[in-house]
Amino acid sequence: MSAPSRIFVPRDAAALSVGAESVATAIGREADKRGIAVEIVRTGSRGMLWLEPLVEVESARGRFAFGPVRPGDVGSLFEAGFAVPDSPAARAHPLALGETEKLDWLSRQQRLSFARVGVSDPLSLADYRKAGGLKGLERAVALSGAEIVEAVRASGLRGRGGAGFPTGIKWKTVLDAKVGQKYVVCNADEGDSGTFADRMLMEGDPFLIIEGMAIAGLAVGATKGFIYIRSEYPHAFRAMEEAIAIATEAGVIGADMLSTGRAFHLEARLGAGAYICGEETALLESLEGRRGVVRAKPPLPALQGLFGKPTIVNNVLSFAAVPFILSEGAEAYAHYGMGRSRGTLPVQLGGNVKRGGLIELAFGASLRSLIEDFGGGTLSGRPVRAVQVGGPLGAYLPESQLDTPLDYEALAAIDAMLGHGGIVVFDDRVDMARQAKFAFDFCAKESCGKCTPCRIGAVRGSESVQRVIAGIEREKNLALLDDLNRLMTDASLCAMGGLTPMPVMSAMKHFPEDFRRPVMAAAAE
Amino acid sequence: MESPVRWNDAEAQAIIDRHKGRDGATLPILHALQARFGFVDRAVIPVLAEALNLSKAEIHGVLTFYHDFRDTPPQGRVIRLCRAEACQSLGVEAMLAEFCASTGMSPDQPSAEGVVIETVYCLGNCALGPAALVEGELVGRVDCARLEALVAGAEPAAIAAGEAV
Repeated sequence: MSAPSRIFVPRDAAALSVGAESVATAIGREADKRGIAVEIVRTGSRGMLWLEPLVEVESARGRFAFGPVRPGDVGSLFEAGFAVPDSPAARAHPLALGETEKLDWLSRQQRLSFARVGVSDPLSLADYRKAGGLKGLERAVALSGAEIVEAVRASGLRGRGGAGFPTGIKWKTVLDAKVGQKYVVCNADEGDSGTFADRMLMEGDPFLIIEGMAIAGLAVGATKGFIYIRSEYPHAFRAMEEAIAIATEAGVIGADMLSTGRAFHLEARLGAGAYICGEETALLESLEGRRGVVRAKPPLPALQGLFGKPTIVNNVLSFAAVPFILSEGAEAYAHYGMGRSRGTLPVQLGGNVKRGGLIELAFGASLRSLIEDFGGGTLSGRPVRAVQVGGPLGAYLPESQLDTPLDYEALAAIDAMLGHGGIVVFDDRVDMARQAKFAFDFCAKESCGKCTPCRIGAVRGSESVQRVIAGIEREKNLALLDDLNRLMTDASLCAMGGLTPMPVMSAMKHFPEDFRRPVMAAAAE
Repeated sequence: MESPVRWNDAEAQAIIDRHKGRDGATLPILHALQARFGFVDRAVIPVLAEALNLSKAEIHGVLTFYHDFRDTPPQGRVIRLCRAEACQSLGVEAMLAEFCASTGMSPDQPSAEGVVIETVYCLGNCALGPAALVEGELVGRVDCARLEALVAGAEPAAIAAGEAV
């Protein structure tokens, strides 16, 4: 008897949100009914989220994709011989998409960090190794801390959490701190609307993050790490906990990592629904068991971080880039990108877009190519009017600025920011005055309350936009908003208050007509 | 997800004892208590303060700072609906307003049956929004019909698969 067909069904939360669990169950049931032997492998998502649930069947020529598959489609797929590799009838099925790797949307990407996501079983350490995993860590154990830090510096990697600070410099600061206990903290509090790369990676390739954090531990001499995951991500938290247990059991991390006699203990911690905990010092406070209130800097967390000890705090995507840098070399990584933005950026395309998902590309692609070529325009079919880049603290850009390349400096030059690489598309029904008001409302709700510009400014800002919308002393209130925005930008303690003006100011600048609409129309909404 | 059990002081103490040795144990303990009982009884504040050698004010501060922790048991299903920008771009606000107008429900207020549509900002499902998280299950492309079914108690996985609507 021939080996069972291998069928791949994602267990990524986004895929589950459109029925992947029921599809996997239906495939198992249908195979049993027909007496066909199949092995169902649960993977992460390939990131073509509009095609989820995306089901793949292995063949000698690679994997063949079908999607989006509903439970009710499973019968007809089997009828067409879907479980038989290379079945011509299956390849003519209406849901047949083609050989996965050759699908335009995937083949145009440069997947370094997401190379394995959607391909292998995220919780199989053997599969991880087979697909090139652990090579970076194995290489790192043979190097000195300074050599690892130098490789990360030479790669040009900049923190992917939003600030874009050079990772190598941060690591060197921690390395040079002459203190016994140090920590490695992974910021997986991915709270920005429009971002989901951290979630997909935690669910789809958790060992990669573990490997990156373990390399960081070796680099600076830290023996303990924490990954702080937001509670809105229960699937990711479970995946990371399981992966940490597996990696510890296998001796990849733990008391004697890879039999080197060196220790790196890792623990996953759950946030509790506070956006501000994505700010690194608030995150450290939260990990220490306190309210997520921002700390004044200096001291830098690199010198006095978790429990007052030198601490590397990096985003999930920063750690995920590190194993490649170690295994393939800093130059191989720096080969990608433009200007001072080296390497690849996992872009998350979402909102009102036809083909949303995860697109990992070298820095430099234009917003337009992402939204039009990859995204296929809006889901509603209406014209794109505004695009918010970089989460709730990022700028709203008009259609005329879509040719801007995705690059830290190019976006800064137009008073925007890349943030965590999220792109949210809005069609022409968006009311930018309301979006500006929401930016303030969100800040008011999520502010930690420590500094006055953020705590009070957000509330005053929301009231002022409301008055503008209602037509009350418009010119005065618009002038007041200009002033308030400048004050919050200059005087807030952290990026929450300091960047809330960015979406507001960009909305006022690029969409002034929305702040001068006839009052009756606004009131009628 | 396991359904919560009635608050029990002895079991709460056992949970506290199990976790109190961890670094920064406050959040892990509060999560463990809420996972078990569905809420965190304020009467536990002095007990937790004693166990962690912190002040009652500090524990109170943590309990009340984070949106997740609740000090009363939920009376019915909690539907966490994303109302952040990506879901806004797909019309979640208009959808919710329509739903509330037709049912008399209000966001973040329990219905007569104790069901709450709780506002959250981002569930990481921004390409398949509007999104909701119900009993630990993520549901995409939420519209009025799906929201109504979730409020009525339908299995979230079945709604996700497009059944039962």
